[in-house]
Amino acid sequence: MATIGIAFGNSTSSIAATTKEGKLEVIANPDGDRFIASALSYVGEDEYHGAQAIAQLVRNPDTTIVNFRDFIGLEFDSIDFETSSSYSKVSCKPVKGSDGKVAYSINGELISVDEVVKRHLKQIKLAAEDYIGLDIEGCVISIPTNFTIEQQKSLISIAKSAGLEVKQLIKEPSGALLSHLVSKDSLSEDKIFVVADIGGIRSDAAVISVRGGILTILATVHDYKLGGDKLDDCLVEFFAKEFEKKYKCNPRKNERSLAKLKAACIVTKKTLSNVQTSTISIDSLADGYDFHSTINRLRFELVGREVFSQLTSFVESVVLKAGLETIDIDEVLLVGGSSNIPKLASNIQFIFPESTIISAPSLDSKLPNPNELICRGSSLQASMIESFDNEEIEESLQPIIVNTQHIAKPIGIKGSNGEFIQIISRETAYPIRKSIKLKTESNDVFIELYEGERTIKETVIESEKLSDDEEEEDDYSDEEPDVVKELVYIPGQLLGQLAIRGVGSGNEVEVIVNINKDGKLQITARSGEVVVKGEI
Amino acid sequence: MSLPAIPSGFSGDFKSVSQLSASIKRPIEPVGQYFLAHATRTLRGHTWSEFEKIEAEKNVTVVDESNGDEEFNEDQSAELLATDPRHWKECDLYAVLGLTKYRHKATEDQIRRAHRVQVLKHHPDKKSASGGLDQDDFFKVIQKAFETILDPVKRRQFDSVDTNADVPPPNVKSTYDFYEAWGPFFESESRFSNRQPVPSLGDSNSTKEEVESFYKFWHNFDSWKTFEFLDEDVPDDTANRDHKRYIEKKNNNARKKRKTEDTKRLADLVKRANAEDPRIKKFKEDEKAEKAKKKWEREAGARKAAEEAKAKEEAEAKAKKEAELAAQQSKESGKKAKEAAKNAKKKNKRTVRSAVKDNAYFGDESKTTAIDADIETLIDAFDDVTLGDVAAKLTGADSATAKQVLTTIASELKSSGKISSLKYF
Repeated sequence: MATIGIAFGNSTSSIAATTKEGKLEVIANPDGDRFIASALSYVGEDEYHGAQAIAQLVRNPDTTIVNFRDFIGLEFDSIDFETSSSYSKVSCKPVKGSDGKVAYSINGELISVDEVVKRHLKQIKLAAEDYIGLDIEGCVISIPTNFTIEQQKSLISIAKSAGLEVKQLIKEPSGALLSHLVSKDSLSEDKIFVVADIGGIRSDAAVISVRGGILTILATVHDYKLGGDKLDDCLVEFFAKEFEKKYKCNPRKNERSLAKLKAACIVTKKTLSNVQTSTISIDSLADGYDFHSTINRLRFELVGREVFSQLTSFVESVVLKAGLETIDIDEVLLVGGSSNIPKLASNIQFIFPESTIISAPSLDSKLPNPNELICRGSSLQASMIESFDNEEIEESLQPIIVNTQHIAKPIGIKGSNGEFIQIISRETAYPIRKSIKLKTESNDVFIELYEGERTIKETVIESEKLSDDEEEEDDYSDEEPDVVKELVYIPGQLLGQLAIRGVGSGNEVEVIVNINKDGKLQITARSGEVVVKGEI
Repeated sequence: MSLPAIPSGFSGDFKSVSQLSASIKRPIEPVGQYFLAHATRTLRGHTWSEFEKIEAEKNVTVVDESNGDEEFNEDQSAELLATDPRHWKECDLYAVLGLTKYRHKATEDQIRRAHRVQVLKHHPDKKSASGGLDQDDFFKVIQKAFETILDPVKRRQFDSVDTNADVPPPNVKSTYDFYEAWGPFFESESRFSNRQPVPSLGDSNSTKEEVESFYKFWHNFDSWKTFEFLDEDVPDDTANRDHKRYIEKKNNNARKKRKTEDTKRLADLVKRANAEDPRIKKFKEDEKAEKAKKKWEREAGARKAAEEAKAKEEAEAKAKKEAELAAQQSKESGKKAKEAAKNAKKKNKRTVRSAVKDNAYFGDESKTTAIDADIETLIDAFDDVTLGDVAAKLTGADSATAKQVLTTIASELKSSGKISSLKYF
């Protein structure tokens, strides 16, 4: 019996499981794919799944179903296919099913989206069972943050009919962030993250605060029209033009040509994430002409410039939606297949201050594949809750436990130089207990508990002339001096004062701040035998 | 970062100034271990310190007590160190590696660590540095031992013939405690068992089932012991194939023979232990006692009936005897009474007769015959009671009174018609 984590995406799905050795592994399907295309194709009597189904897009687009995840549990009439969803135009078109939901017409037979998802999950389960060699009984599936309750319910029931018991549904950005933090072993550090999930046909971004290992989503944005697919389209357009110029025939007018070109462009795009130059080569693209061309990364970045800038502003928009500034963000985590593109990471790096870490594979090669993050997070969660009963899990997910009070402003004490020493960060869920150890300067010390006020400290850095090398570099920025913005909290509202006597100068005082579930704040100062307590 | 001094004008320990800013209610993400901890705390209503205490108790890891690799640095005898590498098979490979403490129980990790310790100690580079060349004999033995012990198959072959790990069975002629003497022997033999776990010998408190299963196990012992290690080296050269085959055949036969011998040895010892086992004897006795008890119980009904019958018989016999006795007694007493009555009658008669004689026939000497005849008639006529009365009245009476009494009674008897007439009265 094993419990697996499934990242179920519109474009690809992936599976991760904890092996007997306690190692987390992303599982490959029998084709050897770790990112299994969420696609099903019906040719004659045969059913194709994954990459094999995607291959059918060229020959049998009408019986190949892709990008169906978002349609789970939705009424056909409620979907605005033009604005709120995007699906591959060269595939089986969704139609209204007998139950009013989305369905696909395959060889004159209506297959509901539920059935499609069920068949897809069955394949996923099979692949996992083949790989692990154990029966799969439970799973944790990731869902987008804007999945409605109905959609969640139908996903659970579909999974059940496919033989998978959903132990928990987790949200994609939190799953990805969990896996990222666990792999870096920094779950207990207080930070604010932007998790940008740039997928195939849609993009999602979320601002998540991590406080004492507890994740809270502060804001989310979604764009159903933005994703790697758009970049593919740019490349398609670029090469189509080139082809047209060369052979005087338009490959876009023929559906098969277009599908061929698109498939080749996807490969080229992925290659360009790793190398500077890539070739594209298609036999008999249109009118019997073969197409062969090369493209370098810079060209690609120019071709997709508009999409890249949209993606950048998309990431920026979520920060604004959370009521924050880019300076408040400690780290940006790029998730999803398109995060491999170096240009995307460098663009995002540009809009955030230098203090913000951008976690993208092109900037830090040690990071795991961004496409794996979500399924790794799901699997982590799966292995953590494996030992729990279903009732225990259900109990833990009750609103009374999940909906928690968060403190609005940071709490800290005033240091001897008037500075604010933060103990509890803002947006921390309570009950919480935190402690800090501070040095004393005299025998009797005074602890003043404050709420912090957020201020931006601007420091102008004068360009220093140290060596010839640096001088040359400085030439670019000599026009305006560098202004480094820094987020600084200063003592604001005074909460309480506490005196601790007879601790001796130079000793350490441990200050423990405890906020209980009713919002009562208790402060304890301890140094050796001397203990002083207070409650607000 | 440090803390300031207390400003003047502040007294007391703590002063609360204002409340926290209004909190914001948000859903937290139900992922990660910290969330699980949060959920547990909230569900169980634990405070932070309680929770930390519980968690701290959970996360206690046992400290590894082993004292590093120093334990493998065992003293090796000069004899061992002087082993000719050509005869490496003859020496104790565990002693070579410094694993005598563990022997067949040594883990792979321990073997590797022990090997490293020995290599560091006996490496030829080190030896030649301290003078003398070609000092790699023992090093070769170490390498051979390491190869053998690390390979699970070869290790079993060596373990099979590792007599140093064997515990000898108790000497037949000596006296010994059964459990102390046989326990270690069986424990040491159990390492060859294909079936694990092996039942232990137990102690005097073991149940009959345990003891039986123990002997059943050992009677059907399934051993992996092999004797390849003692094989004669098969010549490598292909020149003389016949000779090679001959050696191989010889080895095979030797192995078989040794295996049979070993099986027999163990079977005999198990048999011996079984015969000596005080528990088996006890169980037998218990069984006997039990049987007897059972029999006793089974026959309880019949015995009771017999007892009852016997008791009844006895009671009857007793009653009969008593009745007889009573009858005899009553008979005897009747005789006596009769005799007494007879005697009394005689005495009374005598009294009556003597009363006449003593009173000199009331002065009428002449009528003696008539009076005697009358007296005899009266005595015959008297019944026992009258005789007694008359005798009592006549005892000590003077002649007038006696005459009076006799006359009265004579007239009474006459009137009642018992006698017809008297001569005197």
